[in-house]
Amino acid sequence: MKFTEEHEWLRPEDDIVVVGITEHATEQLGDLVFVELPEAGATVVKDDEIVVIESVKAASDICAPLDGEIVEVNEALADNPALVNEDPLGNGWFFKIRPADPEQMDGYMDEAAYKAMIA
Amino acid sequence: MMQSRVIGFENEVTGGNVSDLKQTPLHELHVELGARMVPFAGYDMPVQYKLGVMKEHLHTRAKAGLFDVSHMGQVIVTGADYAAAARALETLIPVDILGLAENRQRYGLFTRDDGGICDDLMLANRGDHVLLVVNAACKDADMAHLKTLEPAVTVTPVTDRALIALQGPAAEEVLAALDPRAAEMAFMDVATLDLDGVEAWVSRSGYTGEDGYEISVPEGAAQAIARRLLDHDAVEPIGLGARDSLRLEAGLCLYGHDIDTMTSPVEAALGWAIQKVRREGGAREGGYPGAEVVMRQMRRGCDHLRVGLRPEGRAPMREGVELFAEPEGGKPIGRITSGGFGPSVETPVAMGYLPTDLSAVGTRVYGELRGKRVPVTVTALPFIPARFKRKPAKAQA
Repeated sequence: MKFTEEHEWLRPEDDIVVVGITEHATEQLGDLVFVELPEAGATVVKDDEIVVIESVKAASDICAPLDGEIVEVNEALADNPALVNEDPLGNGWFFKIRPADPEQMDGYMDEAAYKAMIA
Repeated sequence: MMQSRVIGFENEVTGGNVSDLKQTPLHELHVELGARMVPFAGYDMPVQYKLGVMKEHLHTRAKAGLFDVSHMGQVIVTGADYAAAARALETLIPVDILGLAENRQRYGLFTRDDGGICDDLMLANRGDHVLLVVNAACKDADMAHLKTLEPAVTVTPVTDRALIALQGPAAEEVLAALDPRAAEMAFMDVATLDLDGVEAWVSRSGYTGEDGYEISVPEGAAQAIARRLLDHDAVEPIGLGARDSLRLEAGLCLYGHDIDTMTSPVEAALGWAIQKVRREGGAREGGYPGAEVVMRQMRRGCDHLRVGLRPEGRAPMREGVELFAEPEGGKPIGRITSGGFGPSVETPVAMGYLPTDLSAVGTRVYGELRGKRVPVTVTALPFIPARFKRKPAKAQA
């Protein structure tokens, strides 16, 4: 599992990568009330703003961590954004991406480095 | 992600360094309670505590919330007697201050020559003086404005008292435990209560749509009183984040957003605040800045009106979202002035301005969100039923 400085986690599963936000991020944001996800099938470029998340008072953008194709999005979040707060590393995942260049993963932190960053 | 924007607060942030921020008498308590502090109107204020905005909001509607509103301006205006002070204030404020009964409070506005609003405020008849509570961001300008009334009256800012709001259905029980006279007060009554030997200037009012109180206490006693109230099981500390979502659901204006110098009381749908005696044909009609404009708009109507808005779906529409008459094409016809997610109504809620002919409840317009037009329905305010403990009509002063 890898982590970005923007508090996303990336979990490789075979040839795809599951992406969500960390527990630390959800604590900072507070209870989410709205999540807008990209369309499955979309081709995205690293750093594109592809997810909008809103809490009662704050709006944030989540950027694509990798170049690639969005193969699946977590439709359950549309009706129940609170899943992100309840289970950020599990049921609160955002999307699955098929990386165009898997080596982009190497640039991200491992768990120990991420923990050190937020400490 | 870290470009996360806390919305609705940026306009209040005054220039200067964080180290220049003022602190309220409850600052130490906020930090101890684990509040996340933000700059607001020149003060270092709690935006939320450990519960978070959503739970703080819901707790206030279910039980009771304690808010530090000490950043707001408290001002005493005295004259030869109450009537002299009231008459002077009526030259700046288009409401019936002279006819306000002793120990009663009412909502008011400062207007400009062009009919725009320079601030909104609360006014209380405290026997021999008028007590004003004004917005934090406006208090210096309001003081300068009020000073123009001198020497006919004396205008004194109250700088040694904190202001604590206790809001929610359990507020009466909590405050009455300290002074039973709290329970005898009706909505918009004011009284001097004795809270553990501390002289408190209390009004039964607030900014949440709930029953509750605003409590002015000497700064040295503020922490002890706040801790005493927080000791009650029903009371949680509530930050500015939930204060904003609570007032939005209650349909209450936030100065600098829903009302400002570019909106008149009539456009802001606050004509109700101008009592008959100050309207055209009333015994003390006009006589305040912009009276001609306001009276003309009351007679003939105006082009734009503030309305409640309910966006379809779950996406919040925040301040600045442009409104359109059609699902595509055309120019913007209006704008959202405050909006967000309403935790109690469980949908997005907003307020904004629309042309008068599109302002009827049920009218459908469109808000543009990230390039997409989303239907928005004009909705009656408030979004939640107000739960004030009103005085029976026949006993009303």
